[in-house]
Amino acid sequence: MTALITGSSERVTGTRLLRREDPKLLTGEAKFIDDITQQDVLYMALLRSPMAHARIDSVDTSAAMKMPGVVAVFSGADLKGDWVAPMPCAWPVTADMKNPPHYPLAADVVNYVGDAVAVVLASDKLSAIDATERIVVKYESLPVVLDLQDAASDRVLVHPDLGTNTSFVWEVTPDKAKVDHAFATAVHVVKSRYIQQRLIPSAMEPRGVLVVPQPYGGDYTVFSSTQIPHILKVMLSLTVGISETKLRVIAPSVGGAFGSKLNIYSEEVLALTLARKLHRPIRWTEERSENAQATIHGRGQLQDIDIAADENGKILAVRVNVLADMGGYLQLLTPGVPLLGGFLYHGLYDVPAYSFTCTGVFTNKTPTDAYRGAGRPEATFAIERSIDRLARKIGVDPAEIRRRNFIPAEKFPYASAPGLVFDSGNYLPNLEKALEMVGYPEIRSEQMKRRSGGSKKHLGVGLSCYVEMCGLAPSKVLGSLRYAAGGWESATVRILPTSKVQVVTGTAPHGQGHETSWSMIVSDRLGIAPDDVEVLHSDTSIAPYGLDTYGSRSLSVGGSAVFMATEKVLGKARQIAAHKLEASADDLDYKDGSFCVKGSPDKAVALSTIAFEAFTGHDLPEGVEPNLEATVTWDPPNFTFPFGTHIAVVEIDEDTGATELLRYVAVDDVGNQINPMIVEGQIHGGIAQGVAQALFEEAVYDGSGNLLNPTFTDYLVPSAAEYPSFELGSTVTPSPTNPLGVKGVGEAGCIASPPAVINAVVDALSDFGVEHVDMPASPEKIWTAIQSFRRSR
Amino acid sequence: MFPASFDFFKASSVADAVSILSREDDAKLLAGGHSLLPLMKLRLASPAVLVDISALEELAFVEDKGDYVAVGALTRHHDVANSELLKSAVPILPFVASKVGDPSVRHRGTIGGSIAHGDGASDLPAAILALDSDLVAVGPDGERVIQAKDFFLGFLETALRPNEILTEIRVPKFSGGWSYQKFNRRAQDWAIVGVAAVHNGSTKISLVNMASTPIRASAVEAALADGASVEVASGVASEGLEPPSDLNASADYRRHLAQVLVKRALTEALG
Repeated sequence: MTALITGSSERVTGTRLLRREDPKLLTGEAKFIDDITQQDVLYMALLRSPMAHARIDSVDTSAAMKMPGVVAVFSGADLKGDWVAPMPCAWPVTADMKNPPHYPLAADVVNYVGDAVAVVLASDKLSAIDATERIVVKYESLPVVLDLQDAASDRVLVHPDLGTNTSFVWEVTPDKAKVDHAFATAVHVVKSRYIQQRLIPSAMEPRGVLVVPQPYGGDYTVFSSTQIPHILKVMLSLTVGISETKLRVIAPSVGGAFGSKLNIYSEEVLALTLARKLHRPIRWTEERSENAQATIHGRGQLQDIDIAADENGKILAVRVNVLADMGGYLQLLTPGVPLLGGFLYHGLYDVPAYSFTCTGVFTNKTPTDAYRGAGRPEATFAIERSIDRLARKIGVDPAEIRRRNFIPAEKFPYASAPGLVFDSGNYLPNLEKALEMVGYPEIRSEQMKRRSGGSKKHLGVGLSCYVEMCGLAPSKVLGSLRYAAGGWESATVRILPTSKVQVVTGTAPHGQGHETSWSMIVSDRLGIAPDDVEVLHSDTSIAPYGLDTYGSRSLSVGGSAVFMATEKVLGKARQIAAHKLEASADDLDYKDGSFCVKGSPDKAVALSTIAFEAFTGHDLPEGVEPNLEATVTWDPPNFTFPFGTHIAVVEIDEDTGATELLRYVAVDDVGNQINPMIVEGQIHGGIAQGVAQALFEEAVYDGSGNLLNPTFTDYLVPSAAEYPSFELGSTVTPSPTNPLGVKGVGEAGCIASPPAVINAVVDALSDFGVEHVDMPASPEKIWTAIQSFRRSR
Repeated sequence: MFPASFDFFKASSVADAVSILSREDDAKLLAGGHSLLPLMKLRLASPAVLVDISALEELAFVEDKGDYVAVGALTRHHDVANSELLKSAVPILPFVASKVGDPSVRHRGTIGGSIAHGDGASDLPAAILALDSDLVAVGPDGERVIQAKDFFLGFLETALRPNEILTEIRVPKFSGGWSYQKFNRRAQDWAIVGVAAVHNGSTKISLVNMASTPIRASAVEAALADGASVEVASGVASEGLEPPSDLNASADYRRHLAQVLVKRALTEALG
């Protein structure tokens, strides 16, 4: 396919149109879960386990029941008969994957601090919360396992019934002999171990759910702060046992998610279950510290990566072993997250031999799952750190070693060793542009000047070149990976009687600006103003089909479906226009909102006329139905593979170990850009989150499994004050796999930035012989690294 | 993250607040709320009664008193940071106030609240200590003046009695050099270590987050008084101290930072 967004000089796509979503978000008009009023509602609060691993001997709810305002209190045992299936894991990555039963309330054993054990319903929120403190639970403590290698040893079992902590071993090694041979004959072998610390996604709006039973007919409306209303509807039906036809799921304004709301959570299942049981509306809003423990965590991997290279630094093979932390249970996509990186540990380098093995293990911690980038930041970090080490080992500049290894532009579409086909790419000019923007030679010379002058402020430059796979995804490929759903997206476009346009999309935006971008796509194709296009979404009664928003999929899959549905409806309008103009449909041009006969611009009919004609049905051609409406369900033929170069410049204070991020240059190639302002917004946020992983954030546990930093005082989400202004550039290599020529952008910044920053930190510390600093590279870690160098001399 | 229930009184005057404090058991004053409310939301504090003094306008002032500047306890950090009088007469104090938290904290939090809370990790208590300020407290028996060096007794414990209100901070004017060094990871955070230095004839140094209270670096002050160089004096910055270990820094790293920051502070204040 070729890109079809071409044409008039007045096109909207490609412009920095302001987001139509923003006025209501900025003025407080937008309705989040907690803004939705509901009469006669019961507030839900959960008692959570203070123990990381314990048997529940008894739960005494009697004192809580007597608290003012309390209507009902239930333990896990009380509700055992109220669900028809355990909490879903939709990605059984291997046939023999071990998945312990997981119910909304623990009845027998708790498996992490924060595991819910009882629920209170009360007439107001604070009474519900206070009453949880009166529930008496007797626990018999069990040994805990927190460390990944300890967990893999099976010394202590999280789920003794499974007989092991290993949930699965998943491997992609197309040709083991080739890998072994490469390592046996390589001139250089670089072996590294990296820790991907656990991260707390920290969406600005915590989770929340409101379930409203309709008084007659047994229907339920579920409002949830989710990024997957469609998937949630299916899963609620399957777990609670309510017919899908009785459920309507609405995601109102959602205040951020980053993957943490790409899940089916206990509270959603509980609220629906209890609304059914008590015939009352039920609502719950997560508290901030509760969010840190009860919403999934991201990352949590121990990576061993070996690269083999020839004498020139050309990489011959990559061999990876990952231990991935599942936490106490498998959530919706937990096992699949490391796999999303499993194909990408060779980065954007032309590597002939490849081996990746991931072992997923249970620990007594909060379950992990998708967090912005989901597997690809981990892969990118490992290869980009390792290629820097290789460069240092053989004495080649980090930019040069990348040039030597890039997949050459003429090899696209590129069949990678682990089995993907990269859609399009042109890496070298992208790298060169970033180097030029940052002024690479000048920075290197300033760095040398400081070094020779004995400065205590050490300059470091870090490169990160990345490619990622997103735009989830071809359904067949997902099926081959044992993912339980498809990857298509649905769109309906209606040209209404007054020639305004209604778009219904199956995507579920929660900050991405789909209303703006989808209206721009339609606007350009139909030659009408973007404001004349309304975009409906995130309500299963309005948009019954959809696979929601995650994995940087919405534009390339959902936006393409919108484009194709627009084409389709325009095709119908063309038939009516041909009838009106007494011409052949093939003889018509469409421009600026009118059909005209080729070569006879005065023989024209406006789309508005056609729209009204289609509505009245008074004079339609034979066999053409009234109304202008078309639906397309599009299943993409491939992922998209955006890429780019990010460069961080840091200054490290030798006396304190403090790192200051001085500059950050990012040149991303996400194919065609519908709205560059929105693209830049995504890149900005992604960089900020990735830098946060590199320098600030980590979920820290004590030896008993208590999360030590469940507040924003202690969990260091950086603010704008910690960042320089980002310097952004782009190159454009359209994707051939979708009609818009676009690639995903939602996760790119977060994928690229951690290794850029750590490479810069290590570069700054090269005088001290430091080869690696684990994330987050805190001042104390850096100071300690400098100290141990000094002691060693 | 919701506080336990409590009774609430809005005080109409300092005397009214003192009488409520005297009458009610387990009562705490609420001014800007930026120290107390987070503790209550985490349920680390659950006072039975809150006495809201935030509307007592008579406690929000900055006045020239000749040798010293009188700062009302309810003066917001933002107003301390932007006081022209303080900038010329006690420049370290507005500078330190400008480093507290973030803009929303500085527009709500009060200097009296910060000092009365007595957190060893807070900026302003250390500044007050280095400045040898006097603190005015009003109780049922009237007013008394407490010297800053006698005010901070232990972890979140001060010389204020349960029925007393801190009303005023008297900050001596000075014309010498000064420095405030705050080391943290995010701009809005508490200091991992902070150092306030004031040079006005003698040199006074106090440390932030190096003990359970704000504390004077007496070993450094003594060394300087004995004529030691900045290099030598800063080397004893953590002498005799047991700094805390937490997620941001180990005790050893804090000791090291104290030396680095004292050196920087002295270099700036004496330079």
